[in-house]
Amino acid sequence: MPDEIHPAYPAWRAALSDTAPVGFGLVPLGLAFGVLMVQSGFAWWWTPVFSVLVYAGSLEFLMIGLVLAATPLATIAVTTFLVNFRHVFYALSFPLHVVRGPLRRTYAMYALTDETYAVVATRAPGALSGARVLWIQVLCQAYWVGGGILGALVGSLLPDVPGLDFALTALFAVLAIDAFRATRDVPAPLLAVGCAIVAQLVAPGQMLVVAMTGFVALLVGRYLLTEGRRDGGSAGGGGARPSGSGPALGDPATEGRDA
Amino acid sequence: MPETGYLLAALLTTLVVTFVLRAAPFLVVERLRESRIVGWLGARMPVGIMVILVVYTLRGTSFTTAPHGLPEAIALVATVGLHLWRRNALLSIVGGTLLYAGLLALLG
Repeated sequence: MPDEIHPAYPAWRAALSDTAPVGFGLVPLGLAFGVLMVQSGFAWWWTPVFSVLVYAGSLEFLMIGLVLAATPLATIAVTTFLVNFRHVFYALSFPLHVVRGPLRRTYAMYALTDETYAVVATRAPGALSGARVLWIQVLCQAYWVGGGILGALVGSLLPDVPGLDFALTALFAVLAIDAFRATRDVPAPLLAVGCAIVAQLVAPGQMLVVAMTGFVALLVGRYLLTEGRRDGGSAGGGGARPSGSGPALGDPATEGRDA
Repeated sequence: MPETGYLLAALLTTLVVTFVLRAAPFLVVERLRESRIVGWLGARMPVGIMVILVVYTLRGTSFTTAPHGLPEAIALVATVGLHLWRRNALLSIVGGTLLYAGLLALLG
């Protein structure tokens, strides 16, 4: 653990350099979010309220439209569940065990965003101390909330600029490329494009639900056809196993014991 | 503008659901970590989810009326190109967004 080997080098300094590239993405996006908030009619201080309570960048952008349309809370809950469902996978490789104390652990889980996951989970196991992990998360939230407040304050002085919401599309595209670089698995994004287009054509009102469920189902199917067979452990189990999004969370326990 | 009470209830709803999604898996993480399929899925989920969200944010684009989704297509290609080239999220996001806003002003 570098910052423990060199106690003179504080964890926050290390975290500052860890998060610099992500900050370059988070600050301007926070700015765009703040601008969009005031241009949508919100007082500037709603921006930090959104950024602290929701604290999931993509969902915050979606929430502007949802609350302006007076969307029922149940729909908001379902939307949140679907948009943020990917976060359940982050627990697999996020080193929460290095973070000590119930308050710190609670914050570490609350602040487990795409960006902090990307910074923390790409390091070698054991490379980061608990303090450094927490500082990475605190700094990421500071970039996001700070950028949002700045955007909301400056944005109220600016005229309406159509097209700023493209920052959300650009962010997802950038995160997709970064995620692809981590795995270099070509079929996954291709399956996702197919699912997204089909879902948009078949069920435009429930596009996210249908696309993400279909995508996970196809991934599970692909695993069972290729990796599962290679594994040997699930021989004969492939046909009997029901496909769908459920097994993604239901099967792992048994799958793990088999392997 | 929505009422403050409704707004806070909506934001708290997202807070609770998001926290549960982020925290609950840690309760079973030791069992999950040994699972090969979840590790395999976890490695491939992020790219797909991001791609689906890209399509989702562009779902309002009309291809049948002018400018036929041209600003979206050009700005997306520019964003991806910038990111493949420079690997700088700031440059990619701001560059793509400014280009899109400019194209809207020109073609929209």
